Amino acid sequence: MEGISKDKFKKVPMDVSKGDTMARPRMGYWQDAWRRLKTNKVAMLSIIVLLTLIIMTIIGPHLNGYSYKTVDPSKVNMKPNSEHWFGTDELGRDVFSRVWQAGRISMIIGILGAIIDTIIGCIYGGIAAYFGGKVDNIMMRIVEILISIPYLIVVILISIVTESRSLGTMILSLTLTGWCGMARLVRGQMLQVKQQEYIMAAETLGVSPWKIITKHLIPNVLGIVIVAITFDIPGYIFAETFLSYIGLGVQPPNTSWGALASAAQQNFIFYPHQMFFPSLMIALTMLSFTLLGDGLRDALDPKLRQ
Amino acid sequence: MVEKILEVKNLQVSFHTYAGEVRAVRGIDFDLDKGETLALVGESGCGKTVTAKAIMRLLKVPPAEIKKGSEIIFNGEDVLKMSKKRLSSFRGEDISMIFQDPMTSLNPTMTIGNQIMESLKIHKKLNKKEAEKEAIKLLELVNIPNAKERIKSFPHQLSGGMRQRVMIAIALSCNPKILIADEPTTALDVTIQAQILDLLKELKKEFETAIILVTHDLGVVANFADKIQVMYAGQVVERGTRDEIFYNSMHPYTWALLSSVPRLNTKGKEELYALGGTPPDLILPLKGCPFSSRCEHCMEICLEEKPEITKLSDTHSLSCWLQHPYAPKTERPAVLRGERDE
Amino acid sequence: MNNENLIEVVNLKKYFSVGKDRTLKAVDNVSFNIKKGETLGLVGESGCGKTTCGRTVLGIYQATAGHVYYNGKDIHAMNREEKLKFKKNAQMIFQDPYASLDPRMTIGDIIGEGIDVHIKLSHKERQEKIDSLLGKVGLNSEHSARFPHELSGGQRQRIGIARALAVEPEFIVCDEPISALDVSIQAQIVNLLIKLQRELGLTYLFISHDLSMVKHISDRVGVMYLGSIVELASNHDLYEKPMHPYTQALISAIPIPDPKIEDNRNRIKLEGEVPSPINTPEGCKFMKRCIHAKEICGKITPELKEVEKNHFVACHLF
Repeated sequence: MEGISKDKFKKVPMDVSKGDTMARPRMGYWQDAWRRLKTNKVAMLSIIVLLTLIIMTIIGPHLNGYSYKTVDPSKVNMKPNSEHWFGTDELGRDVFSRVWQAGRISMIIGILGAIIDTIIGCIYGGIAAYFGGKVDNIMMRIVEILISIPYLIVVILISIVTESRSLGTMILSLTLTGWCGMARLVRGQMLQVKQQEYIMAAETLGVSPWKIITKHLIPNVLGIVIVAITFDIPGYIFAETFLSYIGLGVQPPNTSWGALASAAQQNFIFYPHQMFFPSLMIALTMLSFTLLGDGLRDALDPKLRQ
Repeated sequence: MVEKILEVKNLQVSFHTYAGEVRAVRGIDFDLDKGETLALVGESGCGKTVTAKAIMRLLKVPPAEIKKGSEIIFNGEDVLKMSKKRLSSFRGEDISMIFQDPMTSLNPTMTIGNQIMESLKIHKKLNKKEAEKEAIKLLELVNIPNAKERIKSFPHQLSGGMRQRVMIAIALSCNPKILIADEPTTALDVTIQAQILDLLKELKKEFETAIILVTHDLGVVANFADKIQVMYAGQVVERGTRDEIFYNSMHPYTWALLSSVPRLNTKGKEELYALGGTPPDLILPLKGCPFSSRCEHCMEICLEEKPEITKLSDTHSLSCWLQHPYAPKTERPAVLRGERDE
Repeated sequence: MNNENLIEVVNLKKYFSVGKDRTLKAVDNVSFNIKKGETLGLVGESGCGKTTCGRTVLGIYQATAGHVYYNGKDIHAMNREEKLKFKKNAQMIFQDPYASLDPRMTIGDIIGEGIDVHIKLSHKERQEKIDSLLGKVGLNSEHSARFPHELSGGQRQRIGIARALAVEPEFIVCDEPISALDVSIQAQIVNLLIKLQRELGLTYLFISHDLSMVKHISDRVGVMYLGSIVELASNHDLYEKPMHPYTQALISAIPIPDPKIEDNRNRIKLEGEVPSPINTPEGCKFMKRCIHAKEICGKITPELKEVEKNHFVACHLF
């Protein structure tokens, strides 16, 4: 206490005019979510695996110079070697090229399916939630009826009616009832957001319903929708795989992971590698999407935010 | 000689967040005597709830961290070194806590009777029949009418005041020596608040429980506490008995807290005394006195060095540079002095 | 002071249907008026219908019966254009500073939302206006790019006030604006509201359960119990000479930050809790908790009558 000079005890004028200042760095919602996702090693690994898979489905079929549909009777059922990295199938086609070509179809179905069902689901669920009451009641009963139809029946019916088994009809038949889950999710979330006081504040300000939906309701359910999309994609890929496996999927010479596995199944005991590679890809994709979805949910959940 | 039952020494708690380390509690010491009521008063974020939770060892580690050198001693036993097993009997039998929001601290799917009986069965090893009898007795103790019927109701069937009574009954079920009440009346209406405070007072007399009351409301403290500890930015800035704090406080922050409460004897629409600014962000290192940026009496020294503790009496002490002999004489604000003569 | 009434509420009722044959009478036959530039305080315990009353006055809820006149016009019978104009003139400040700001919007956009609807401004003018509003409530332009979760409770409540002020209203319903805040911050917000009223000539309906703060900010105060106003008087009269037994009990329960007064105080203790507002019986609603209850109280609902000049009480004792 002794060594303090007396002039230190002069009053310092208070400066309150400048208002409050902020001590912490700025952190937006998406920035914050990304920061949290980055710390999640499993999710980051999943992203890397998925990116690699997607890149390979784009460039993979052209990598070793063998086309996925060239038949070479002199090289049937070869084991993996330096020329045919994943071996060849019973018609002598290069499995490496075929796996990535198949991956293209599977990925397209997964991503396209998820996008379509998100768009339909968001619009449908959003309308039901915003208007509420009778509109909501009727729209949700319709969803319940649609959801109760097994999709296998829809797929078979569609392929009979359209007489085609192309990629387009497959996506059509899968999304025809697939959007219902998303619509339910969006409706539930929006109903919750609608109760919030900031929606009432916007209404007292005279903001139009359209603006309330686009500026308040959608941004506030977006995080949860993104998580749902990452869980939807593997769902579609698996559905396609299953359909192809039972022969309702894409037709040769085009192929998908399910179709590859189905074809390989007959020779499985003698040539297990033909089954192994497409199955590995299916497993990797499904697992990565699911783990990424988990990571995203943790990152985007506002309750865990600090 | 009064019996000390709790000693907190140099308690430091930090939280690790993305932006860095938030030092929520920055070295506080205090004692609690048997049967005494100590109030921790301060604004939100001043570390009062963190202190309470640290005593119960309820903080999640990580992100929280109780720094080395901190000591919490209950009856000669270091709480920070307790084993898991000892801890579970410690919470409940020796110390228990009631929270601000009774709705979130009760399990909505269990009847209140079962929730009270649960802790009786675990800690007192009673069988079902005895526990039920005891539960009814407890509910009667906290003035819940029709206790026999009420033990079958679920939390959502009760009003806020009733739920808080149930929480108190649960907290008292094993006769703890210390009860920590974290803003127990903040969520309640004034008339209910008065009822709950009266109830706590009665129970305190009956069981000789020591109470640590965490609150931001000095009105609540005035008729309830024996000792008061004013906290700011993770530190204790002033402590004293109730009368010392209300009638003889010397710290500008205590003055500010006391004067910002509206008095019923003022004429309407006068400007209230209001503290400018907001408390410092605890992520920053604090240089000097933590209150200096909002203090009317701020001096150069306050910005540079942390004030030392000045003892005014055995019970009354504070950390403020105004107590230094070189400092200009500063009087208590007029609002507070006026009241003293009344 | 200008003597014209800005807001006139006549026999306002708002009932909610809660299941078969069960009606919750949240607001039951409430009448009052607010003069231009005046603050009317509305106090009562939770569940007494004060918030519903405030929302019905603003037209957020459709009234079950009764009228709310704003400048002589019934707000529940306005056409779209008039309604939009009313929304510019009458604003609200909400209780919960955490739920009332959209977490995905920046502070600037939250404040700017009303400006975009009612006042057409260029991008630069809009930003200037937002900055000046932030200055008015004691924050600065640095905050406009921030998100609500980065601010403290008091700061957020000031954002709520700035949002309401952005459309230059005449009348603001303050719905428990301070109850979620710390004592020292409460004083800041109340001072800010008083300052803004002086500068801008605002009219307030100030809803709160904190009687001491209401006394501080209001010119007149109404006490609500289970959907009805039981006493309405000038600020001074209500606290000095409370007449209704409920008001007396409420005032005596306010904690006073002075141990000597607290120790020697005779509290009027209210037994029990507020009864359920669903299907309330005839008669005085306070009867069950009232120490002065008489036979007549159970039969006839007391009307609000002027007992002294400008002091209205709904009680059979008077």
